[in-house]
Amino acid sequence: MRFIFDRDTWQEIFGSIRKNKVRTIITIIGVLWGIFVYIALSGATKGLDNGFEKEFQGVANNSMFVWTQRTSIPYGGFKIGRAVQLKLGDIEDLQNKLPGIQFIAPRNVQGIFGGAPPQVSRGMKTGNYSVFGDYPIVDEISKKKIYEGGRFLNEMDMEKERRVCVIGERVRNDLFSKDEDPVGSYVKLNNVYLQVIGVYKKSENIDFEGDNSLMLPFTTYRKIFNTGENVGWMAIAAYNDVDVVRLESDVKKLLKKRHKVHPDDERAFGSFNLGEAFAKLFGFAKGLNFLSLFVGLATIIAGVVAIGNILLISVKERTRELGVRRALGATPAEVRGQILLESVFLTMVAGILGIIMGAVVLAILNVLTQGDGGFPYTNPTVAISYILGALFIMIVLGTLIGLIPAQRAVSIKPIDALREE
Amino acid sequence: MIEIKDLHKSYRMGSNSLHVLKGLNLSIKEGELVAIMGSSGSGKSTFLNILGMLDEADTGEYLLDGVPIKNLNETKAAKYRNKFLGFIFQSFNLINYKTAIENVALPLYYQKVNRKDRQEKALKYLEKVGLKQWADHLPSELSGGQKQRVAIARALAAEPKVLLADELTGALDSKTSYEIMELVQEINDEGKTILVVTHEPDIAQMCKRIVHLKDGVIVEDTFVEQVRASQYVQ
Ligand SMILES: Nc1ncnc2c1ncn2[C@@H]1O[C@H](COP(=O)(O)OP(=O)(O)OP(=O)(O)O)[C@@H](O)[C@H]1O
Ligand SMILES: [Mg+2]
Repeated sequence: MRFIFDRDTWQEIFGSIRKNKVRTIITIIGVLWGIFVYIALSGATKGLDNGFEKEFQGVANNSMFVWTQRTSIPYGGFKIGRAVQLKLGDIEDLQNKLPGIQFIAPRNVQGIFGGAPPQVSRGMKTGNYSVFGDYPIVDEISKKKIYEGGRFLNEMDMEKERRVCVIGERVRNDLFSKDEDPVGSYVKLNNVYLQVIGVYKKSENIDFEGDNSLMLPFTTYRKIFNTGENVGWMAIAAYNDVDVVRLESDVKKLLKKRHKVHPDDERAFGSFNLGEAFAKLFGFAKGLNFLSLFVGLATIIAGVVAIGNILLISVKERTRELGVRRALGATPAEVRGQILLESVFLTMVAGILGIIMGAVVLAILNVLTQGDGGFPYTNPTVAISYILGALFIMIVLGTLIGLIPAQRAVSIKPIDALREE
Repeated sequence: MIEIKDLHKSYRMGSNSLHVLKGLNLSIKEGELVAIMGSSGSGKSTFLNILGMLDEADTGEYLLDGVPIKNLNETKAAKYRNKFLGFIFQSFNLINYKTAIENVALPLYYQKVNRKDRQEKALKYLEKVGLKQWADHLPSELSGGQKQRVAIARALAAEPKVLLADELTGALDSKTSYEIMELVQEINDEGKTILVVTHEPDIAQMCKRIVHLKDGVIVEDTFVEQVRASQYVQ
């Protein structure tokens, strides 16, 4: 141990490293490249990972949407091509029978799936916006950020069929002037005055509503648009430990039974399973992560082997010098230790340079992808444990690979090393 | 200082072996300056290497300053070499990327002498061989004679009991050779035991005793009137 911390040991090592600059540089480049690839790749992958996560943040990632289409198999006395209509009763039944469901929100909308967005006005200002009829619970599935001073829909709104609405940012910008506080004001929809109770922020992530919509209590909506018990589609969030794919098929099975649809009819109910989509995306990121780990490690190993090779050549070149050292009293352990330390030191220097270069490249990437480039890429970082792990691997590999030239250096007897050619 | 009894050494070459040293007996006292002569291939270097613990005899006894040298492993041999012996080679064997002073300090490094003392001692011995002002020069910037002086300083730095020199003037012209021998004589005058392998009779005459090797045995062992090298040096 004393040996490692001895200034003289290092002086010897620097001496022999300095002696062969070209050798040293070539050696270092191999490992440097490896660790650089490793850091840059895994950082970039992490950035992609973070990007995906940011894109979907606020969306319960084990959620799904279910809607109806037309039947594709005649069944129970009905012809093919029958339109199926979801009802509030379906929601209740699903909730009671499927314990995997954490939240279920029936939803209606005007102005997205066919049909033009209704006109909304305030004084002289008008615009056409999608209008949603929602249960407050929808906020648990797809979170809306509400500006200060406002709030989202609540149970009382539902119960009392209050004529209130939450509006998107763009609706506010269209219908209100800059210094106006929309909360408490009224907008007119289908000759009904609705009081604005909140403004939701434009989401940078994937969402359904955009920023040009109004959200009304489900009960108010159905009065205005006369939709009765009808439900447009439903959003469902499963408990975390629930298999969402399984739940998806359970939901459909139950719905088919309730609506007298043939059990094999795949067309009658449509669904989109976010959980599955997430799993695919994150699986992709994981795959990339693994790939970068693999490529990086392989390159590091190749680099370290190159160091071993070059040290082996250098030990051969230095046979005579090492013979002299041993004639002067260097013990085999000292000679071996010196070669080993050279190997580890070169590996470490190369590794640290590579880490720094990798970090610089990641920082540049971060700056370049800043702002709304639309590319899901955020905060590319490498966990410190990855870096420490890489350093550790390099020390171990550097030692192991250094053992070969070190052993070779002492395997020749000093007398043979000194023999004049 | 050195006691050799019935020393044998053969080299194995494939199926047959070459008997190089065939029973040497020699006793060298402290402060002697011994020349070992003989024709090429007579076993001079082999003998010196055994004395230097770089090689081992097959049979026979070797006592160095009363210490039996036998069955040494590499580590022990390295420590003994460091403590007891100083080597001077025909081709100098300086480490080419180290300055003169660093070369001289190297055996002290392996003696675990601390840095400051090392520098001091190395400088002292460089001064002794007259190269103090060349301390920070690389070997490539020195003449042959200067290199050999650095090598001598290096051999002295560890303050060994015996100096072993194999053809130390072999690579030098005669004038430089005499200068080196003058230095060797000075060191010997101070009491150091020195063994010099040489081909050249005039160099041998500058020693105090000449041992002749022939076909692996000592055929002649005479004490001579020492010729001072200084008379050739101007
Ligand atoms: N490692 C070895 N393996 C085999 N034979 C060897 C070895 N070293 C020396 N020899 C042989 O031993 C004999 C003595 O060699 P040595 O080097 O001692 O001679 P020398 O007296 O120093 O000669 P020179 O004056 O040429 O230096 C030679 O015949 C040489 O070929
Ligand atoms: Mg020889």
